[in-house]
Order: sequence, then C-alpha cells, then structure tokens
Amino acid sequence: MNAVFYIAAAVAAVSTIMVVSRSNAVYSLLYLIVSLLSVALIFFVLGAPFIAALEVIIYAGAIMVLFVFTIMMLNLGPQTAEQERKWLSGRAWAGPSILVAILMAEMLYVLWGGDHQVEGRHIVEPKEVSVALYGPYVMIVELSSMLLLGGLVAAYHLGRRVHGDGKEQQP
Amino acid sequence: MTATSLTYFAIAAAQGAFKNVTVSERTAQAFADGSWILAIVYIVVALGGLAALVTLSGLVLIYVERKLAAHFQCRLGPMRVGWHGIFQTVADAVKLLLKEDVIPEKADKAMHLLAPFLSMMATVMVLGVLPYSPILQITDINIGVLFVTAVSGFGVMGILLGGWSSNNKWSMVGAMRAGAQIISYEISATLALLVVVLFSGSLSLAEIVQSQDAGWWIWRANGVGFVSFIIFVIAVTAEINRTPFDIPEGESELAAGFHTEYSGLRFSFFFLAEFINMFVVSGMTATLFLGGWMPFHIGAWAGFNGFMDLIPPVLWFTGKTSVVIFLIMWFRWTFPRLRVDQLMYLEWKVLLPIGFVNLFAAAVVVLYNLYPFPILVP
Repeated sequence: MNAVFYIAAAVAAVSTIMVVSRSNAVYSLLYLIVSLLSVALIFFVLGAPFIAALEVIIYAGAIMVLFVFTIMMLNLGPQTAEQERKWLSGRAWAGPSILVAILMAEMLYVLWGGDHQVEGRHIVEPKEVSVALYGPYVMIVELSSMLLLGGLVAAYHLGRRVHGDGKEQQP
Repeated sequence: MTATSLTYFAIAAAQGAFKNVTVSERTAQAFADGSWILAIVYIVVALGGLAALVTLSGLVLIYVERKLAAHFQCRLGPMRVGWHGIFQTVADAVKLLLKEDVIPEKADKAMHLLAPFLSMMATVMVLGVLPYSPILQITDINIGVLFVTAVSGFGVMGILLGGWSSNNKWSMVGAMRAGAQIISYEISATLALLVVVLFSGSLSLAEIVQSQDAGWWIWRANGVGFVSFIIFVIAVTAEINRTPFDIPEGESELAAGFHTEYSGLRFSFFFLAEFINMFVVSGMTATLFLGGWMPFHIGAWAGFNGFMDLIPPVLWFTGKTSVVIFLIMWFRWTFPRLRVDQLMYLEWKVLLPIGFVNLFAAAVVVLYNLYPFPILVP
C-alpha cells in the first residue's frame, strides 16, 4: 500500500501545482478536483475510508461543483486567460517560491527525523478536540454558528433586489 | 416438518443461509489460496458481467421505454425490426456507432472528449456495490450508501463539462440547469436515505438488505419509511433528469440541452448513462426501501413464506427494480415538464422541509421505540 500512497501523494502535489499555474479558471478547478480525489485516496490508504468518502462528497461532489458552476456561469473568455497569464510573471513567482522553499526545507528536516521536540510538546487527539469543543468551549461553538447564520442573512439581504416601488422582486 | 419448510431449509442452506459472499471476497480468498487463475477468472467475470449488464439493461430499457410511451399514447411503437420491434434498439445502436463523431471547431477539445466518459464512469461505479443477490455483488464496502452518494454526485461533473466545453449557449444553459437541479435534489435524496440508515443502523448496502429480513422498510418504518420512499423517488427522478424534471434538455427551448453538440458514439454515451442511471436509482430504491433481494414474507405464515423463498433472490431484485423503473417511466408520460422556478420551489420549499421533519420523526421513532402504526411483521 506504500506505493499507492506515494503515487496518490505525487498526483496530489502535481495537480495542486497545476491548480496554481493554469491560466484558464475551469482547468484550475478540474485540477483541484483531481487533487482532492487523490487526498481522498490518501485518507483511504491511511485507513480512514469514512473521511475519504466525506472528502469526495463534500469537497469534490458539492463544493467543487458549486465552484465550477459559478466559474462556468461567469464564462471567462480568452481575454481573461490572457490577463491571468500576464499576472503569472516570473517576478510574481519569486517571493512565494522562496517562502514555500523554506517551509519545504523545514518539513523535510522534520520528516528525516530531525529534532522536532518543541518544549512541552503534546499530540492532540481528535477526541480531545471534540471534548474541548463541546465541553468548556460550547458557548464559542454556538456563538460562531450564530455568526455564520448572521453572515447568511446579511448575504441574503445584500443579494435581494428591490424594485423602485419598494416591492421585493419575487425570484 | 412440512415439505415447504424442508424446501425452505434446503434453499437457505444452498444460499449459505442468506450470508453475503461478494465477488471481491471470493477473489481475495482465491488469492489467499494461491490459485491465481481462479482469482483472475473472478475478476474477468465481474468486469464482463458489469459490461454485459450495462449493455443489456441499456438496450432493454430503451426498448421498454419506447414501447411503454407508445402504449400510453395509444400507438404501437417500434414494430418493424424483429418481432414487435425488439431489435429496433440494436439497429439504432449500430446506426449511432457508424455516425460521424463531430467536434465543434471552437470547442474545448480535451474536455469535450472527456465529459461523456466522466458521466458514464460515475454511473457504472455504482453498479459495483449494488447487491443483486446474496451471492451476486461485486463488492460490499462498509460505507456503501455514502459511496453511492459521492459517486452519483460526481456524475454531474460530466454534464457540466460537456455543456461548458461545447461552447454553445444552449449546451451551457442546459448544463447550468442540470447542475443546479442535481445538487439541489441530492439533498432531499440524501435526507430520505438517512431515514433508512437510521432504522437499519448501517451504511453497508448488504447489511441494509439483511436488516429487512423481518419486513421491508417502506412499511416497517411506520409511516416515515413511506414518506421517505416518496421523497426519494421524486428526488432521484429529478437527479437523473427525467420528465417531469427534464428541463436541462427541454427540447422546446434548448435544442437538446447539454448534449446539443454531441453526435455518434459520444452522444450515445450520454444517452446510455441516462438509462443506466434509471436502473441504478431504481435498484437503490429497491435496495433501501423494498428489501433488495429479500423475498416477500407475511409474518409467521410458513407456507406462504416458503413458497416465496422458492423464487431466487436475483429475480426478486430484478422484479422490484422493474416496478420502480415502470413507475419512473409512468411519471414521464403522465406529468408535463416543470418550469425552472417550479422545480426550485418544489425542492427548497416543499421536499426539503418535509424531508427534515421526516428525518426528525424517524429519529424520535427509533430513539423512543415508538410505533404508532401496527407492524405487519413481528
């Protein structure tokens, strides 16, 4: 199964690079879907088929379809692709690439058994997160859900079209 | 011990007392035993069986649809090719295969070629987890229901891509409509399906069928099962873009919707995927609500039950699926096509609230063991 993991990880990495570098937005999204699917495969290989299925349903199935839907509806033509291509100049690449390279070096160092014992290190299990979320912090969870609801209502209010006579337009 | 109960035990023994043995388990067993040839034979048989199922059910469903449509409209339908036109679909398939494969000049070539395969792939992958009988299932995964939801949600990508890559306004509008419709109705279908998951306590399709040993969920779930059955059938009819929900390819306004620019083999892929989808959702309905391959039993009436057990499980599955398919075809020739706003109204303001309330009611029934209606089966 190790080979499966490495191949899936390689596909995920390559497709994620393609997401950033494509100038056609629809292609970027399709590569993002491939990336999410390979991450789902990684979850599956690591022994979490349930998370893998959820990854496919929620990200690849629902959220990405909505993204593709919106991008297709905007129907960005060749002009936009040309504009995007200009934005992706060598100078624009340089800064982020250096920063990412630093992170990459750090990650490789940690992977190759470097000294990663930060003072007072403690691995947090999902169970602890859940207990903390629904124990002492339950109020914050509820408040953040209220905030999300508020955002939803505000988005609806902004998106609503009102005619000159003050009557709301029926969708 | 009567003769009928003896037959029952003989059949139960022959079927391993309804114990599921999937093809993938057999293959793994053969690998473990070191007989590579047997394992390869199993894989080839499984793949060949799926291919045969896709081809045959496609041909049969298209013929049945045309015949039913004709008889609903007091016509005869295809009559010339073969006895009562049974080879009409074969003739049409050959014609489609020989047609020129046209790709529009301004189309996005790669995506235009890829889209029909995506659509077909999503459909065929579901066929691998449907339990056709206790001994006839390609593989049973413990998250079967989730898998079906995930894969069928993915099928919409093929339609969206096909419409977008054609570079045609009608295709585009058709694809947009299909996308909006499928992702909306998926919610209702999932809510209805969750009711069955609540009652059976499992996500595996084989275990859901096993859990209906004492009665099918459509009535054993006391009302909520029936409501979710109706919601599920309506939602999946919309998900596979069939009339009265076929606005993505409304001929009167959109030429042919998302597949306007497709011809020949690639068009037939979309067309076949649509019909296989009908088989898939009917099979899912039969599995979830109508007991899958479980024979029809009435309480502890041993004579009747033994007689019903004589019918092989695969025939039960086929029969139940055929009933649902007939229902969906009946819809098509009975109801007029909905408008876009009516379609969205039906989902978001009617089906979704009912689905939520139904799911809540189901949770209450399961939690407190409330059974307001008399149960037919102990």
